Amino acid sequence: MSNFTRRNFLQVSGAAAAATTVGFGHSVLAGSHGGSKGKVVIVGGGIGGATAARYIKYADSKIDVTIIEPNKHYYTCFTSNEVLGGNRSMDSIKFSYEHLKKMGVKVIHDVATVVEAKQVVTQKNGKVTFDKCIVSPGVDFKFMHGQTAANAETDLPHAWKAGSQTMLLRKQLESMKDGGTVVISPPTNPFRCPPGPAERISQIAWYLKNNKPKSKIIAIDPKAKFSKQGLFVQGWKKHYSLGEGKMIEYRHQTAIEEIDIKTKTVVAGVDEIKADVLNVIPAQKAGKIAFASGLTEGDWCPVNHKTFESTKMKNVYVIGDSSVASPMPKSGYACNSQAKVAAAAIVAALHGKDAPHPSYVNTCYSAITPTDGISVSMVYNFADGKIGKVKGSGGLSSADASEEERKRTVKYAHSWFTNITADSFGR
Amino acid sequence: MNLKKTMLITAALTSTAALSAFAGSHGGKTATASGEMLGNTCAGCHGPRGNSFGPAIPTIAGNAATYLSDKMKAYKSGDAPSSIMGNIAKGYSDAEIDAMAGYFSKQAYKPMAQKHDAAMAKAGKKLHDKYCEKCHSEAGTLADDESGLLSGQWMPYLEYSLADFQSGAANAPKKMATKLKKLHKKEGAAGIEKLIHYYGSAK
Repeated sequence: MSNFTRRNFLQVSGAAAAATTVGFGHSVLAGSHGGSKGKVVIVGGGIGGATAARYIKYADSKIDVTIIEPNKHYYTCFTSNEVLGGNRSMDSIKFSYEHLKKMGVKVIHDVATVVEAKQVVTQKNGKVTFDKCIVSPGVDFKFMHGQTAANAETDLPHAWKAGSQTMLLRKQLESMKDGGTVVISPPTNPFRCPPGPAERISQIAWYLKNNKPKSKIIAIDPKAKFSKQGLFVQGWKKHYSLGEGKMIEYRHQTAIEEIDIKTKTVVAGVDEIKADVLNVIPAQKAGKIAFASGLTEGDWCPVNHKTFESTKMKNVYVIGDSSVASPMPKSGYACNSQAKVAAAAIVAALHGKDAPHPSYVNTCYSAITPTDGISVSMVYNFADGKIGKVKGSGGLSSADASEEERKRTVKYAHSWFTNITADSFGR
Repeated sequence: MNLKKTMLITAALTSTAALSAFAGSHGGKTATASGEMLGNTCAGCHGPRGNSFGPAIPTIAGNAATYLSDKMKAYKSGDAPSSIMGNIAKGYSDAEIDAMAGYFSKQAYKPMAQKHDAAMAKAGKKLHDKYCEKCHSEAGTLADDESGLLSGQWMPYLEYSLADFQSGAANAPKKMATKLKKLHKKEGAAGIEKLIHYYGSAK
């Protein structure tokens, strides 16, 4: 989370919500927290942090829950491609912490710098102590070829975290001339939202087709294949055009080797391509605080798949994009699902009980056009000490789906968006 | 079982459900997730505790466990058409489906206030009483009917469902198929629309 904007300290919200009576007698931690059932500090107020906070409060409102998050609003990365396509407003992907505060969750708007045993160090609020800590910082970026956290904000947006960069990329598309070239470079695996780059290509193609039909998109992808590829390719051929010199040209196993920032010219393979809009999505790694706190192995954070407790630090749980939860993808739905498993494990532990047996799901929708939707889903279980796919479950929506079904799928996607954000931030 | 009794039992179960699901210890090798743990995985699409805020996705809270269970099993077997639910339902054993259905049946159903045409809703009430009330009694508000709650359910979802029942894409129960056919013959597509406005008018 290297690109957090600094915010002034915002007063911690009021006292915890009215207590409910629960029949556990004396908690193991009751003595140390004046009647509370324990104190949980959550680093990061995205989908993971917000969901975990809500589900801990659902289970036991006496648990003291604090989120540390620099920004006052969260813009969802999922569905932000529809903003780029001109099919959705920024306001519709913007969420506040007001409903969480009403549940009794405290929110400190500050940057958490390091998690230590039993305390989180912040930039402006000193050390915040905890019994259990959830770390949900999302991804950080491995910038290359002159793209930096700073120029991504002003000129070369990756827009792989929604917010100001989403708006910047949209503005660049709006001011591009008809006949211009958009270059999109998807990252290497693993990264947040595997079908995201192809959905972005679809949404930008929708905008160009309807507004700047002489323009084209060139994708430069270091990978041999990508998520939902068959369905996307089918959709691109149907609604746009695909191939060399067509509206969408997709180059596989080609990496950007150089970027001339001033002219937005990229060197990839044998070609030099001059882009009018350049969207390089960098390779990714766990959020900064995970490295600072010693929670990582390689680029990501290993966790116990039953509870999401870090295998590197006791009482610290890492959920969402930063964790190693393979075969689950790094997605908003996976993160929401993992948050509930971690919340249940933490509530159980604070009551001196064993973690309950977990269950997880991922569901992902993409809109190729405003009336052509596709999906992929999977049910996961916990067996032999790790997360596994439930055999026979999940998979892609059908390539033979009728127009009506594809139209409904976009409606389902939008209802999914409404519900997952309600489930995470409340409403 | 009468409604009052059901509600009392429901209330009693609900108050303990959250705690048992979260704090329950699951020893042994054949550990399975609780109804609540399984149900939590649905909320990302169907809304917190199964109350949907998205109009294309139905609220599943508060429906009869048998209704929810049968529906999930129909998705699993492919008897019910779907774009995604079949793929999801195949991830669960029948026992897990029963457990999650039990969990959602104990969650409070929140009827959703929706924009509707009052005159159509009024006409829809008459059609409901004539064609639907027998199985979806009291305007489709009783979970005990085990036939799916209708009042306050999302109109776009109802529209999809009724379209699928009529086209034959989905198999309606025999009695329902007959009634729908009669209604359509007599009132046309407008009759179905009126019904939907009636269910959408509930508060």
